Formats: sequence, structure tokens, C-alpha cells
Amino acid sequence: MLNNTFEFEKPIEELESLIVSLKSPEGRAKAEVEGIALDEAIGPLEAQLQLVKEQIYNNLSAWEKTQMARHKDRPYSLDYIRIIFDEFLELSGDRLASDDEAVVGGLAVLNGESVVVIGQQKGRDLRERQKRNFGSARAEGFRKALRLAKMAEKFGLPLISFVDTAGAAADLRAEEHGVSEAIARNLRDFALLKSPIVVTVIGEGGSGGALGMAVGDRVLMLEHSIYSVISPEGCAAILWRDKAKADEAAQALNLTAEGAKKNGLIDQILPEPLGGAHKDVVAMAATLKAAITEYVTELKNIEPEKLVEQRYKRIRGFGQYGEN
Amino acid sequence: MARGGWFGRKRKLDNAPEGVPEGFATKCASCSQILFVRDFERNLKVCTKCGYHHRLNARERIDITVDEDSFVESYSNLFSQDPLKFPEYQEKLHKARNTSTSSEAVVTGRATIDGFPVVLGVADFSFMGGSMGSVVGEKIARAMEEGVRDRLPVIMFTASGGARMQEGLLSLMQMAKTSAAAGKMNEAAIPLIIVLTDPTTGGTYASYACLGDIILAEPEAIIGFAGRRVGNQDAGAKLPDNFQTSEFQHEHGMIDRIVPRRDLAATLASILQFFGTKRITSAEEVAHAE
Repeated sequence: MLNNTFEFEKPIEELESLIVSLKSPEGRAKAEVEGIALDEAIGPLEAQLQLVKEQIYNNLSAWEKTQMARHKDRPYSLDYIRIIFDEFLELSGDRLASDDEAVVGGLAVLNGESVVVIGQQKGRDLRERQKRNFGSARAEGFRKALRLAKMAEKFGLPLISFVDTAGAAADLRAEEHGVSEAIARNLRDFALLKSPIVVTVIGEGGSGGALGMAVGDRVLMLEHSIYSVISPEGCAAILWRDKAKADEAAQALNLTAEGAKKNGLIDQILPEPLGGAHKDVVAMAATLKAAITEYVTELKNIEPEKLVEQRYKRIRGFGQYGEN
Repeated sequence: MARGGWFGRKRKLDNAPEGVPEGFATKCASCSQILFVRDFERNLKVCTKCGYHHRLNARERIDITVDEDSFVESYSNLFSQDPLKFPEYQEKLHKARNTSTSSEAVVTGRATIDGFPVVLGVADFSFMGGSMGSVVGEKIARAMEEGVRDRLPVIMFTASGGARMQEGLLSLMQMAKTSAAAGKMNEAAIPLIIVLTDPTTGGTYASYACLGDIILAEPEAIIGFAGRRVGNQDAGAKLPDNFQTSEFQHEHGMIDRIVPRRDLAATLASILQFFGTKRITSAEEVAHAE
């Protein structure tokens, strides 16, 4: 990826640079010399650009969406948290061993109401990426998320979760500290938590690491986010012993928001600004805030016992099988 | 040990390693010792020389664990579909159904162990690597709910490479489903006993397999999150020799006890007795125990 442009975005880039060069002082001077009415030429070009953009972004393949979900300019949890909430007080630590910065969380105020927020956080530059382990939580991160979820439950507050990870950490320390146990415990305890839980997959929903913070009453996905049992590269390596076939694997896994919605595993797909969430983070945050607000308002009116019962039923219904 | 018939089972154990005359001699997968099949089977497929525990399919596991003829299978009417039209999934299912002794990657049912009634789930690694798809998740969840409903302890033997990739996100959600069901058991204070066997990794280990009140494991089983090859990419040579084994997980506090195969049924019986499970005797009582 050069200049943050994907291969499939090339036609857009070409048109854009043509328009920019025409609009430049040199372009205007040249047009004047050759007697071309520049404004008349630019109008149709801009209309065409819009059409091309719509054509491309509304028809992304599963693999192209994977690339969008991993875009280095893609807004991360903290980008949304800072815009969506009136206030945010970050809290740290799992109260057991350490603080895992691949997970962020804390107290937040949503439209004047107290909520607890958790999110998986990737890093923007190299230093931050290392600090946050590239957004791959270890056991400590999942335990930090659970600790905050339990606090939400204790004080009767809604829990808002943002999911964005390539997967949980799979290194020695993660294994030593029981990352599997931490994920498993979250799956169990989030399922029966007596607080409303609204989850949004904002980028990558990578396997068990994503699911460890994605059990909720309402699960949303951004239009170009992905959610998958295995990475397309990993799947391609297993299926065809060829990581380069990630494109086909992404298709086969049906890892798009549409795929998840079709199988009844998520509730809503939130449209992204044309070209992706990173093109207009403020607009994306507004869409996200409206959806989260709507669901929190709805869920807050449900008795905790009934809420948990409905959530359990929902989770129990996941899957597709035949019965003789 | 009060139980009879443990070592004297007559039923034939199958899937002998290849390359040696069938039915006479076999080779230890760990130390390559040539073993007489009769001795090997009498020793529950544990190498008589090095003690390596070879994998058992679900039927073999049930045979050596529960009281003779006490097992009554349930939910065997569930079958996998191909919701994603995933490349080669149909073929793989077809092959597994023809070659495995089980109809899916987990077998569930009721049985007694030394007279104690239990709901039992036994993973079968010979069926698509024991992978957890919609059917496996559903059977496990139903078994756990049955335990809650009938107030019976639930014992789960795991052996699985993780979620079944061919069912995509639907299979990932089985982690949530089985864990939620384990949560219901937890709330109802019904004992969940997990026995980790070789191998238990990925989404299976990171869900219900880690949620037992008691977690046992067979010696030297591969137990871990991402699998040794996936996990060691950047950690390289620093990984300990026993990384992602029963012994490693035990050392790090994730497993209660490592139990040799020959002692498993007796250990399970002691645990069941501890939790106050009432002994029953007749087969009819097993099927209708409440």
C-alpha cells in the first residue's frame, strides 16, 4: 500500500489527481492558453469521480473489506470514545497482575448518563503499536475488561464494548498467564452479566480474541469491518497451503458484516462514510453514537433477569444444523 | 479400586497405527517401541515402555470410562450442514462420517461411572480433528442444560483442534454458546468436570474446556491456545520444551490434576462421590435418572 491507497482505489486516485492538477494554477494557465473552459470540464469529472467512488466502495469484496478493516488510518476505539462520550475517565489494570494496554476502558458519560466502556486498542505509530501489542490482548487484557464489566453490573450501568483485534496474543506470556481461561471466563460471564451490553465491531473482529469482548445484547458491525473465526491468511494456509490465496479464503469465510447479519449473528450494519470510516471519523462517530444511544435506551428499560434470559436465548440460537 | 472390568474389556479397539501387521503388533507414536497390540490395548493404548498416551476415539474412551453397557447416546440425530457452501466441507463431512466411529466430533449421552449417573460428552478427534461446529456446540450446550435440568454432574472429555473453520463465524459462536451453557451450570451449582485429552487447543480450550469446576488432563497432552507453531513465531527458541502441554498448563495453574489414563475413571468416581452424586444401578435408572 503506497500513500494509504489500495489497489482497488487506483481509479479513484487517478481521477482525483487529474482534477487536482486541472485545478492547480499551472492547469488553469494551460487551459487558458489552449482556450478550454476548465470549469465546464471539471464539473462532469467530479460527478464521474463520485460515481466511481460509489461503484467501488459499495461493491468491495470480502478481501477488500479485510484491507479496509485493517487500514492504517482506520479510527480505533479511543478515537470513537473521545468523540462519542461527553466525558471519559480511563481506568487501568486487571487487579491481578498487570495492565494490558491492548485493552482500554473506563467510566464514560453518554448523553449525560453514566456508562462503562471497554475497547480493544491498536496503536497508531510503531511505539504505540508495541505498547499495545498490536491490539492483541493477553490474559490481563481480557481480565481488565471483565473487571470493568463486573463494575458495570455492580452499579447497574450499561456496558459499551468496541472490538478491533487481529486476535488474542498467542505468545509465551499469554499462554503462561492463561489467555484461554481469560477468554472463556469472559464468554461465560458476559453471557450472564446483569447489565445491558452493546458491542460494536469497528475494524477487525479476529476470532476468539474478538469474541472475548463481543458477547452482548446487541452486536453491531461497521460496514467495512470484518468478523471471522480465522484470518483469511490462516485459512488459506490451511486450505491451500498458500497464504497468497487470502482473497479466496476471505470470500469462503464470508467474513463481512453482511455475512454475519445473514447468519443472524449480529443485529445491525452501520454505514460508513464513502471511502471508509477514516475519511470522516466525526461522521462515523455520530452514526455510531446514535445507534449505541438507541440500543442503550431500549435495553435499560428491560429488567436485568429478563435481559439475561433474552441474551442467553440469543446466544443459544447461534448455529445452523440439521435434525433428523 | 472397587470397579471391575476396567482392564478386562473384550471389545476390539481399532485404528491401529499404519505400517505394521494389523492386529498383532503396533508402534508407539512417541518412542517407536514395537508393542504387541494385545498388551497395548490392555494398557488402554498407553505405551508400556514410555507411558505415552495415544489418542482414543469416542467409543474407545466411553468403553474404558463408564460402567459396562451403561452408556445411552443422545442428540445423535443432529447433523452438520454446510451453511457457507465452504470449499470441500461436504466432502470432508462425508469422509469423516464414513471413516470415524462417531457421527460427529462429539458424542453425548448418559452413563454411570462406578454407579454414579452423569451426563457425558466425549470429543472424537478422528472426526474432522474434533473441531467445534454448530452441531458440536449444540450437543454440548444441550448436554449441559440436561445436567442443570436433571441435576446431574456433567463430564466432558475434550480433544479438538478448535473451532470448525468450514462453518465460519457460526462456529466461532459455539464458543459463546458452550460457555454460556457452562455459566448456567455454574449458577445452578451443577458440577462440570473437564478432562483434557490430546490435543485440546484453540477455540475449544478457550471456551467450555477452561470452565470446569474441576479440570483434569491426561499426561503429555497438547493443551494450548494457538498451537505451538502459531504461537512460537516470534518467541523462537525461548519456548520451554513442555510449552502447551498438560504439564505446562498444570505448572501455570490452569489444570487441577494430571491423571494417568488407568486412574481416570476412579478419580472421576471420587469426584462424583465428593459432590454428593447418588449411586444408581439399573440401566433403566440411568436413562431416566433425575
